[in-house]
Order: sequence, then C-alpha cells, then structure tokens
Amino acid sequence: MKSLLALGAVVLTTAALAWAGADAQPKAGGAPKPVITKAAKGEHCVEDTAYMRRNHMKLLNVHRDRTVLQGVRTKKHSLKACIDCHASEATGSVASAKEDFCVSCHSYAAVKIDCFDCHSTKPQSAAATTLPHAHPASAAAHVEELAGVSQ
Amino acid sequence: MNELKTMSEQAPDSPERRRFVGAAAAVAGLAVVPGVMLYEVADARPEEQPASSAVRWGMLVDATRCASGCDDCVSACSTENGWTPVAQSAHPRQAPQWIRKLQLEDPLTQAQINLPMLCQHCAEPPCVDVCPTGASFKRADGIVLVNRHTCIGCRYCMMACPYKARSLVHEPLNDTQKPDVPRGMGCVEACTFCVQKVDRGDGTTACAEACAAAGHNAILFGDLNDPESEISKRLRELPTKQVRADLKLNLGVRYHGI
Amino acid sequence: MASITFREVEGSSLKYWLLFGALGLFVLFGALAWNHMHHYGHVVTGMDNQIVWGLPHVFAVFLIVAASGALNVASIASVFNKPMYKPLAPLSAILSLALLAGGLLVLVLDLGRSDRLIVAMTNFNLKSMFTWNVFLYSGFFALVGIYLWTMLDRSVKSWTKAAGTAAFLWRLTLTTGTGSLFGFLVARELYGTGLLAPMFIIMSFAYGLAIFLMVLAAAYAWTGRPLGDAVMLRLKTLLAVFVAAVLYFVAVHHLTNLYFTKAHAVEAFILRDGGAITSLFWIGQVLIGCVIPLVILLTALGRQRSWLMIACALVILGGIAQMYVTIIGAQAYPLDMFPGFKASSSYFDGEIHAYTPSTPELFLGLGGVAVALLMTAFAVKVLRLLPVSLDDATVAKLDQH
Repeated sequence: MKSLLALGAVVLTTAALAWAGADAQPKAGGAPKPVITKAAKGEHCVEDTAYMRRNHMKLLNVHRDRTVLQGVRTKKHSLKACIDCHASEATGSVASAKEDFCVSCHSYAAVKIDCFDCHSTKPQSAAATTLPHAHPASAAAHVEELAGVSQ
Repeated sequence: MNELKTMSEQAPDSPERRRFVGAAAAVAGLAVVPGVMLYEVADARPEEQPASSAVRWGMLVDATRCASGCDDCVSACSTENGWTPVAQSAHPRQAPQWIRKLQLEDPLTQAQINLPMLCQHCAEPPCVDVCPTGASFKRADGIVLVNRHTCIGCRYCMMACPYKARSLVHEPLNDTQKPDVPRGMGCVEACTFCVQKVDRGDGTTACAEACAAAGHNAILFGDLNDPESEISKRLRELPTKQVRADLKLNLGVRYHGI
Repeated sequence: MASITFREVEGSSLKYWLLFGALGLFVLFGALAWNHMHHYGHVVTGMDNQIVWGLPHVFAVFLIVAASGALNVASIASVFNKPMYKPLAPLSAILSLALLAGGLLVLVLDLGRSDRLIVAMTNFNLKSMFTWNVFLYSGFFALVGIYLWTMLDRSVKSWTKAAGTAAFLWRLTLTTGTGSLFGFLVARELYGTGLLAPMFIIMSFAYGLAIFLMVLAAAYAWTGRPLGDAVMLRLKTLLAVFVAAVLYFVAVHHLTNLYFTKAHAVEAFILRDGGAITSLFWIGQVLIGCVIPLVILLTALGRQRSWLMIACALVILGGIAQMYVTIIGAQAYPLDMFPGFKASSSYFDGEIHAYTPSTPELFLGLGGVAVALLMTAFAVKVLRLLPVSLDDATVAKLDQH
C-alpha cells in the first residue's frame, strides 16, 4: 500500500513538473540576460573570458590563500585587481548596483556572492576619495596616497 | 613633493616603482624621524615572495613618551584600517577597537602611565591555540591575523586573549571597508600591524607614523630578528617589559616605562 | 527482562498535540530570534566586545552538560548491571541525544557566521578544545545512537553492554571537553583550572538526572501509565548525592581562590560585590540549585512526587544560574593586565562589564530547550522507548534477577 502511494506521488509530481515546465517554456526567452559591461580599464582580462567565467573563483581562492596566509600580494588573479578594472563607471563599484559587473552575472546565475560582506566593492582610489583624508601629518602615507599606490 | 608625485604617477606598477615609493616614503619620513624610516625600507620584500620567518615584526612602546590625552595613534589606525572611531559609534560597547589608549594609575602613589594597547602579536598566541577552524593564525613574520574566510565568529579567541585585543564586528559595514583591509560582520578582528603597509614595504605602521608625526616618537616598529634594526638597537639599550610576562607568551610588543 | 513491555505512546490526544504545538511555537520563536540576530548582527543582542558569550552560551552549555548526564540512568543499567534501571535506559539515551542536539543548535546559531557551519566541519585546528568538542559531540551522537539501536533491536541485543560502556566512557570524555573549554583558558581569572573538568562532570550528573526525572514523571503522568515509587525514590537518593557533590566542588573552587591573594578581587566580585552575579550565585546557584533541593531530597518531603518534581525543577534552575555565573560572571570581571594599577580606557578596561540579555537571545536559548523536548516527545511516539508499566511490582521482579 505504502509503495503504491509513493509511486502515485512520484507520478503526480513528475506530471505536475512537466506541465509547469511546458507552460513556462515560451516565457523562458524573456529572462533578462546579464549586462556585461566591458572593463573600464585595460585591453583584456588576465585569462580568456570563457575560462574566467567558469573558473574565476578557483583562481581567486588560490590567490586569496596565498595573500592572506603568506602575504603574497601579486596583482594577477587578485580580487583587488579584478575590482580595479571592472568597477562600473557609473557607480565606481563592482557590486553596488544591479548592473554592476559581479552582481549582474551572479543574479542571473542565482549564485550568492560572499566576497563583499567583507571586501570593498570599489577600487582603492575611488574608495579613498569617499573617506576623509588619511592622517594629515603622516608624511609617508601622504606621499603614497598622492602617488596612487594601489597595493 | 610635487615632483615626487608626478614621477611616481608615471611609473607603472613594478617592483621598481614599489621600491621608489618606499624610498620616497623614507625620504618623507626622514624629516620627522631621522634614521628610523630610512633603515626600515631595507626590509621590503618583492611582492611575489611570501613573508619569511627570518623577519619578526615587533613594536617598542615608550610609555614615558606617550602623551596623556593624545590619541593620534588610535585615529591613525582607524583611518588606515577603516574602523569607525568609538566616539562616532552608535553602539560604543559593541564597536571594534583595534588600538586604544590605556590610562594606568597606581592607587598608592597616584603615579600615572599612558600607553597604547593593541594586539601584542605573541609568539605563542592563545587566540591561535583556541581557534577551532585555524582562522586565527600567525604569519611567518610573526604577525597574528584572522583569516576572515574561515572565521565563524565563535569568539573563543576573544575569551582566550589576555589583552582584550580582539573585537567582533557586530553590525553590517555596508561597503565602508578599505580595499586593503577587508572586514566583515560576524568575524573577529584585531590589530594587524598594518599588514597591508608591511607587505607594501613601508616598514612601519599607521600608529607609529602618527606618533612620530605628533612629535612623541613613543612607538617604534621594526624587525626584532635583525640585530641591526633600529628597534633591536633601542631594545638593547632600553629596559622593557612584556605585559603579563608571567604567561610567557613572548610578545611582539614591548613596553618601556611600565 | 521478559516481563517488561515497551510501547510507543499513543500521541493522538489533544494534550499531546497541545504539548507538541507549544514546543513547536518555541522552536519557531527560536528560529525567528536567530533570523533577527543573523540579519542585523550581534548588535541586536546584549553581547558586546566585553561580554562576548552571553545567554545563548548559558543555555547551550547547560544543555550540552545536561545531555551527557541524562545518559546516566542508561549507564547504570548497562555498565553497572543494575537490572532495575534497564527499563529506563532507552528514554535516558534518547533524552541525552535530544538535549545535545538542542544545545548544539543554540551554540551554532549564535555564531557570528552561523552560515559557515561547513567551515567548522572542514577546517580543524587540533590544538583547540572547540575542535575536540566537535569530534566529541559527533562521536557521542554515533555511540549513543548505536547504543540505542542495541537496546531496541533484539538481533543486536548482545552488544548492549559493549555499546553502553563505550557511550559511558565517551560521555565522561565529552563533559571533560566541555569543562575544558573554560578550564583551558589562561586569560580569565575564574578559569584556567583543571578542576573545571570534574566539576562539569558532576554538574552533568545532577542536571541530567533532574531533567530525566521530570521527563519520566511527565511522560507517565500524561499517558496514564503507572510509575511506582521504587524507581523514583532510588533515583531521588542518587540526585541528592550528585547535588551535594556539585556543592562540594563549588566550595573547593572558591576556597582555593580565596586562599590566593591574587584572586581575592575576583572572588569578592562574585561572592560579595557583583550585584546580579552575586545574587545569582548565592540565591540561584547555592540556595535554589543546591541547598533547598538537598533539604527536600534528604527529608521526608522528597518521598512525595510533587516535592520531588519541585526539587528537580530547582536543580535545573540552579544549574542555569550556575552556568550564568560561570560564563557571564567570569567575563564581567575585567582582565587584570597591569596588576597593582587602576586601568581605564575607551574599551572599558578596568570596569565591571554590565550585561543585559536581549529578547532574541532568550528565545534562541529557549528554542534549544524546546527542540530537545520536541525531539523527545516525538521519539517516544514513534519508537518503543517507554515501558507500559513501571509500577513497584514490575520493578521488584527485575531486581530479583
């Protein structure tokens, strides 16, 4: 008896899903494609676009561990370098508006981004202008800021 | 200064440029603290090279020079690392404080001591021992850090730290973080010895710079492993103490005048 | 043993569903409290950078400690061969699993990043007591689960003693681990002593047994099954011994500190000047948690079922007070970084830290209690855990074996 019930449930569910799917099919073309803005700076990405789309998190994770644990701060594959190039010209950020580079794709793919709970979404220079000037009396820091050091 | 600015703007991102900026910083620093900054530049390492245990970063705090009422080191840290100063926080008891000015008074003699309190960057850090995920860790060059990618916010490190050096981020930060200093709600954080500056080759911290700029020179940052570094020389001359030396944690921060 | 029949409780009465619904409501409140804390951050709690572990930890640690104690009755039956307790063993095992699950849930949902539980399960620092506790909790679930299986499935019945012994040894280790969470902390004045490990074990005996007795009596009263005095009175005496032992350990802990001048200030804070903490210590922990229950249990009063229940409830309340004093009290007292100096700073150095638990914290904690009780109520409905009768005649027959 129980197995019969289970079988019935499976059949019904499948049928319902198929029906719902058939119904949704014609509308699927209407799902908004992500807006992918070309990076503001730079000619091309550090890797092929297709490769990056699939593997950017792998690269970022490897680089992240090297940076956090060992203090290796090379630019290639660093999140900061990504943000430097891909920050939107309108918002100055990769994730503050719906069409910003990271958010646009991630909301289309329905993948939550955890990065920006902690990381700034803006490049160094943009972020610096939004905050009060660094310690004015600190001569060394001052020089670096003028020099636009973005490490 | 203007000349320096134009020159470095032209320079692309390269080790040369890094060194140049370091040198520029040293030159600029020279005006304030003769000798100190210039020396530290030698500690800069190429960006692709991991932090090495040949170096142990440390700090010498001369409490006799630390001025009462001055909190330049605290505001410099807050500016450099992007945490809201406690006076501006809506929730002062829950606000993070990476460095604080501590006033001590001997109840018997009324003698007063001022000093900055911060993460002591222990060689044997209790926070690293107790961290369940290994998010609390000590870098090869002795800097004790929190890996926010693995911190689960259990706060056991805060229970374990004898210096009350750590804070939990209690509120959302809403993208106010500095690009160099990621911080996030629900994770524990503390002084990093300005690790972003150290890795850049500055050889100093925001608090030390601010203290020098204010003319107090109470904070000296440098490599404890290098016998020729300014900090090592000063430590040889000046009697210093470790806070709660009885715990034998071998601290990276040493105090004179306590 | 053949004379004992185990049967599921019917669980279809209005009373059962009311209980189920009420507990479910508290689970729901707990979930809402977690959602609130998770969304807005710990800023909505009474916890801050001074009191970093608050009311959720009080509940969580209490439940975890009680969990291992709730297994006691089963251990006495299987490990120490007391046939009289054998009919109680399945309930004892399921209650311990449920209490541990409730406690862990509270612990985990109070994390700053409770969404990152997977990180805690995949990154281990073997020097951390917390990591060891993760292993100890998982092992406890597995061993007690197996133990329960050997009790419920006749085909593996011969393994009951082995499984019970393994679970018993494991629960001793587990509570040692829980005590050492605090015992292995060098920074705080009231921690940093190996005494906390055995103290937590004896506390677990008392809390676990008190909860077990209340659940047992409630289950039998509400299902109308007979529960004789023979079983209850034996367990009553055992509870008195455990409560007295808790009092002994508390006394030794504080007397040790009182002997050392360096600990005088912190002891003065707990025992005399601590305001709410001091009241909780003397009135909650000592009077309500130990002295009054001892009076009830050791006099004729304890022979009455309702007084016995009152004593159990007081032991539980006193236990929560004891956890509060142990966890919050130790944090409320400032760290003494510069002995001999008076310290002050913007970070509240040198001050007694105040703590007021917030509503979400309270409901998160109560949610854990509700989860534990809900699991138990559900388990006795679907599994054959409770003997149909525990009247004195049935129990007396067991004892003759």
